[in-house]
Amino acid sequence: MSAPNKSGWKPQMEPAQEGMHNGPTTTTGNRALMLEEPLLFEIGHAETTGVDLPEVDPAAPNRLAGLERTEPAGLVGLTEPEAIRHYTRLSRQNYGIDLGFFPLGSCTMKHNPRLNEKVARMPGFADIHPLAPQSTVQGALEVIHELGNWLCKLTGMPSVAMSPKAGAHGELCGILAIRAAHTARGNPREVVLVPESAHGTNPATAAFAGYKVEDIPATPEGRVDVEALKARMGPDVAGVMITNPNTCGLFERDFRTIADAVHEAGGYVYCDGANFNAIVGRVRPGDLGVDAMHINLHKTFSTPHGGGGPGSGPVVFSDALAPFAPLPFVRRHEDGSFDLVEEEQRETSRGQAFGRMTAFHGQMGMFTRALTYMLSHGADGLKQVSEDAVLNANYILRSLEDILHAPFADSGPCMHEALFGDKDFGGGLSTIDLAKGLIDEGYHPMTVYFPLVVHGAMLVEPTETESKASIDQFITAFRSVAERALAGDESLKQAPYYAPRRRLDETAAARKPKLKWEPAAE
Amino acid sequence: MRYLPLTDTDRTDMLERIGAASVDDLFVDVPALAQLDGPIRDLPMRASEMAVERHMQARATKNLAAGDAPFFIGAGAYRHHIPASVDTVIQRGEFLTAYTPYQPEIAQGTLQMLFEFQTQVANLYGCAVANASLYDGSTACWEAVAMAGRLTKRKRAVLSGALHPHYSQVVKTMAQFTGDTIADAQPSIQTEPDLEGLTARIDDDTACVVVQYPDILGRITDLSAIADAAHAKGALLVVVNTEPVALGAIKSPGQMGADIVVGEGQSIGVGLQFGGPYLGLFAVRNPKHVRQMPGRLCGETTDAEGKRGFVLTLSTREQHIRREKATSNICTNSGLCALAFSVHMTLLGEKGLRELAAENHRLACIAADRLANVPGVSLLNRAFFNEFTLMLDGKPARDIVRELADRGVLGGVSLGRLYPGIEALEQALLVAVTETTTAEDIETLAIELEALVKEAAQ
Repeated sequence: MSAPNKSGWKPQMEPAQEGMHNGPTTTTGNRALMLEEPLLFEIGHAETTGVDLPEVDPAAPNRLAGLERTEPAGLVGLTEPEAIRHYTRLSRQNYGIDLGFFPLGSCTMKHNPRLNEKVARMPGFADIHPLAPQSTVQGALEVIHELGNWLCKLTGMPSVAMSPKAGAHGELCGILAIRAAHTARGNPREVVLVPESAHGTNPATAAFAGYKVEDIPATPEGRVDVEALKARMGPDVAGVMITNPNTCGLFERDFRTIADAVHEAGGYVYCDGANFNAIVGRVRPGDLGVDAMHINLHKTFSTPHGGGGPGSGPVVFSDALAPFAPLPFVRRHEDGSFDLVEEEQRETSRGQAFGRMTAFHGQMGMFTRALTYMLSHGADGLKQVSEDAVLNANYILRSLEDILHAPFADSGPCMHEALFGDKDFGGGLSTIDLAKGLIDEGYHPMTVYFPLVVHGAMLVEPTETESKASIDQFITAFRSVAERALAGDESLKQAPYYAPRRRLDETAAARKPKLKWEPAAE
Repeated sequence: MRYLPLTDTDRTDMLERIGAASVDDLFVDVPALAQLDGPIRDLPMRASEMAVERHMQARATKNLAAGDAPFFIGAGAYRHHIPASVDTVIQRGEFLTAYTPYQPEIAQGTLQMLFEFQTQVANLYGCAVANASLYDGSTACWEAVAMAGRLTKRKRAVLSGALHPHYSQVVKTMAQFTGDTIADAQPSIQTEPDLEGLTARIDDDTACVVVQYPDILGRITDLSAIADAAHAKGALLVVVNTEPVALGAIKSPGQMGADIVVGEGQSIGVGLQFGGPYLGLFAVRNPKHVRQMPGRLCGETTDAEGKRGFVLTLSTREQHIRREKATSNICTNSGLCALAFSVHMTLLGEKGLRELAAENHRLACIAADRLANVPGVSLLNRAFFNEFTLMLDGKPARDIVRELADRGVLGGVSLGRLYPGIEALEQALLVAVTETTTAEDIETLAIELEALVKEAAQ
């Protein structure tokens, strides 16, 4: 199955030859372009530096009140050429979107446009202080306001809190607003309902806010059991946290019914916006009765994942929750100027704000990137984004469902991710073995063992930034590894063979944690 | 569209494979009431790279960049020179476009870097273990308070009055929801921090005492006594540092008995960026406390061939395993900012950090002496690192800062902005000086300040 793409190029899928990696051992441990790199502390020195600064004059007068550091901290330095080589070599041990297909479900590993990076580095954005007089940062406040407006329009929600630092921080922001709203009415209530298929952050967030977490059951087709939810609603339930599209990759078609039932019982609806990429520009969550939803700018709006952050998680709010949103926020005046509403104006502008979630005003460096991305796509381009993302995922689902267990294949089209399970794998093999086999084929594996509701779950999210040729090649590779897994191919248990490292002993790492470099005992 | 590789032919072929007549068929589960008849209204349509760049440049140009003015603003975020190679490294696609290293065999670059970062932070802070970073200093401060509560099984935190007010606000906001009691205070305008007053507030129910070092007024003082006082009551000492460069010149918090050290890492490698993304640093002195730490941790191990490698570890503390029983709901760290910090710290090394700190302090001493010489201006601090507090005669400092901005000088942060409505603090101006400050900058500030203070006195 290697359909020619538009240019007529065919994916080259010549199988690698058995044992071709087994050449002679090398003295250095390197293998041509695969270069081993020692730890910084094994190559650097306390007296080496890559910056030129004046020598310290120990006799210079100081105002340090006798607190001078007398002992070295234990840092080492490298000169610039050494540092560039150290980090360049390290970088080559990493997989990234720039290298290849990264179908990590629920993480939306799309291409990160380089214009975003250029804009974020404009001195007018990169080199301004958060406490600079507001008259000198009007353009920055305008960007925050403009991005907020895009987020409100795209979600059909009236209000937005921009300061949360990441998705989980946004979730916290939403749940704290819900608690504040209930508390203002006299009773914070006790329970938050969360589907079993939810991200782990949902129950952790609800628990942090002082709520007891109860599972909402799912139907066999992979959606929230509406009748069970309705039956559970009552005066003790503060709200629900539902991911839509959900983590099984399905649209919660009864979302509005659920929201109405929750509202009727006096609760609020939190929507986890992690999967917004499936519907951006095409469906507005506000039309479905959502009260609060965080948006991962690093997923849907292409800010880089950076090896695990920084993220950014603005939260959109309904009118019911907007008064409780945290400080600060940016306000536009009639004359076109902007100001920051902080604690000072709290009494006059937002007396019910639940407080402050972070110093300063949020992830500006992510705001400039996300706004750049939105302006590039426009309303029409963003609609195409979700359509292509969903098309790619369905194409993968329908190209692999004949061979891999696809538990919800009969539940209708998937959204932006395709879910498979490890049923029928032979020889005691599991999802992890297939994932490691994919590494040898040159892919970053999909999300594994999540959601928890599917045995050996494999969640594949292609995003919209892959070409058909790239997806076809992935399908061919995935199919071949799946066939080996189904046939119980023992060799998969030892995979990966060709990565910079073989399987790592995570048990040993946890049993006796070594979390810091220590000099060898002399 | 330049970011969307599918062609219309591709789309048609793919729909055929799926067995759908049109893409609308893939959205059949969206209820009719939420179906739209076209692109969302009141938003612009797609635009070229050039047009978008122009749009954003127009906004950037409206801001006064720190590098274009005499600049003295600090109060939790500092402008330092960042070597060019830092940005070169963090723009490598293998770092920039990687994900959290959940597949360690193909993420050793990120993992080894995090292990090195953890070592740098722990050593800088004088601690045993540091995590792989949190969102920023203020959220790290709250996480420290929460962790102290878990360790001591107590629910009361005593905050120094000289803790950054945003940090206090974050802690108080979170505590409203966890039922912790937060005893905070306002800064007292004194030459020395009020450690006796702070000690008096520690009681037998206190989980932790939180002090900032250098504090919000730029003051530095030996924390050993407050550490002893906290420990005598069974409480932990949390030390917050918002200027890591300072630790190249002064004793580390760990050396003075801090149990948990947290801080903002922005100063090293990250840049101002109007407040974010920044870098939360978090470390503990006692390695036994590691299992109560929030956030990701990278640890050393070996692979199946016995080669050294690194993995995320102790994840049984974290939300994706523990769900509602996790130590924190934190999912991400501040990976790319941690890389920037680590690269800059590697370029500095022990020697460079010591020299950078000395240069900051040297220039700050010159600036403090020059500005204290301005009629109507006096220096509050006896001791400081690179930031100090000036007391101005006449007008509130907040007005002076605005007027300085009108004259093209970013002259510092007024305590009136940080603590609005408190008369005792109105005359105070926080001034930060770094290696980027020039003698001309200092002279310009002195001259403009003199004119404005004199004008106010008339």
